[in-house]
Amino acid sequence: MCGIVGLFLKDKSLEPQLGALLSEMLVTMTDRGPDSAGIAIYGADQNDLVKLTIQSPEPETDFVGLTEDLRKAGIKNASILPKNTHAVITVSSEQIDATRSALEELRPNVRVMGTGTAMEIYKEVGLPKDVLERFKISDMSGTHGIGHTRMATESAVTTLGAHPFSTGSDQCLVHNGSLSNHNNLRRELTREGIRLETQNDSEVAAAYLTGEMAKGKNLGEALTSALDDLDGFFTFVVGTKSGFGVVRDPIACKPAVMAETDAYVAFGSEYRALVNLPGIEDARVWEPEPATVYFWEH
Amino acid sequence: MPVFDLATTELRALNQALHALDKSGVPEDFEITNPRGAHAVAVGIDAPVNVTINGSVGYYCAGMNEQANVTVNGNAGPGVAENMMSGKVVIKGDASQYAGATAHGGLLVIEGNASSRCGISMKGVDIVVKGNIGHMSAFMAQSGNLVVLGDAGDALGDSLYEARLFVRGTVKSLGADCEKKEMRAEHIDLLTKLLADAGITDVKPEEFTRYGSARTLYNFSVDNFDAY
Repeated sequence: MCGIVGLFLKDKSLEPQLGALLSEMLVTMTDRGPDSAGIAIYGADQNDLVKLTIQSPEPETDFVGLTEDLRKAGIKNASILPKNTHAVITVSSEQIDATRSALEELRPNVRVMGTGTAMEIYKEVGLPKDVLERFKISDMSGTHGIGHTRMATESAVTTLGAHPFSTGSDQCLVHNGSLSNHNNLRRELTREGIRLETQNDSEVAAAYLTGEMAKGKNLGEALTSALDDLDGFFTFVVGTKSGFGVVRDPIACKPAVMAETDAYVAFGSEYRALVNLPGIEDARVWEPEPATVYFWEH
Repeated sequence: MPVFDLATTELRALNQALHALDKSGVPEDFEITNPRGAHAVAVGIDAPVNVTINGSVGYYCAGMNEQANVTVNGNAGPGVAENMMSGKVVIKGDASQYAGATAHGGLLVIEGNASSRCGISMKGVDIVVKGNIGHMSAFMAQSGNLVVLGDAGDALGDSLYEARLFVRGTVKSLGADCEKKEMRAEHIDLLTKLLADAGITDVKPEEFTRYGSARTLYNFSVDNFDAY
């Protein structure tokens, strides 16, 4: 089944509550998928700095002395904020590739979950409540975010198989459904130079959108192309640095409910996920149409 | 009147109370507050009871209903009134996918829009939708009536059997073996009754177009192979 949530804030005064609101939405969706959970959250842009969210199965060894080791490898001024199995490394934007290479060399067990000036990604195996608690998501503020609770169908129950998937800077995607042409697409995208970490079909969808946006399309246009090129069942909720999009396949058998007020746009696999949002009683609530792209931007 | 506040009472307690009602007893009134999108609210009732639900419900509300009148003052999730046998279910807001699926009898009224697959495999139920319906509605519908005051999406009545479909607005496309039919006096009479049952007085039966099965797929013929 899988459960998806998303929240795009229009009212800045709600930003300190983003993590708490999203957490509550995601925990409600636990019974749609208790395998693993994840959240991508967009916080404040920090001038010329880029964040890499990394994950290690052995954080107690991998994160110790990492700042020092990165400095020795030539990554100046890297700051590291560990959070349980994840850590956010902040570096200047021109050092992003060098940092990735240094990490591969220095800490081969470490995986990069996502990069971006605003986005951080936290995902692990386990119940949503426990995963969110590990990373103290409810304390986080931000402008928008998406979350996913997974019932695995297409690949193993691992941290890397959890959503959101991020294949481009400040881009992320969560998926409910299953794709049927992901193997072919994976080959094509790999040929185009896009790097994929897993055998998961949803990662292919994320990479596909990254590829389309790299060709100059905006998120809305990339989602429109996805309707032609992706085959299978899907409800996607995607985030970019300033945007938030939703699309369902033409059959649209995977559930989706949206709500909009002056303060936010919210997405849930079920209405239950939205009931604690402020002002939901007066929100415009609707079911997104099949094969229709919905897209908001700050 | 029993009032069940689902913010403080288990859903199971509500459904058990509804199931414990006397099948042949006098009508009772139940009120349900704070459903907050819960699944399976008021399912499996078999008693003459009036149930008012204040708020939106999740999956399968009023499923398998017999005899009861259920009103939802809000929206309904997928599968509302699925497999209803008799009684009446009214949704004041919108309904999600497969409303009234496989229902054998009774009346389902949706005052807002219904989503895809409305009335899929319906087997005798009457469904009246004041707004629009989504794609693949009345797919494999076997018996009963689907009345739509708004528009219908793609592939209306695909692989339809003997159900009658009445649409007042536009139909995006017809499914395999579904065709436009003549509105005869008997259909005007039927529609007049259905609209009255649904409490609709400001719409004339003559404004609707009837659709039904062309019956070319009933018996296999190799000439129709592509349509299967």
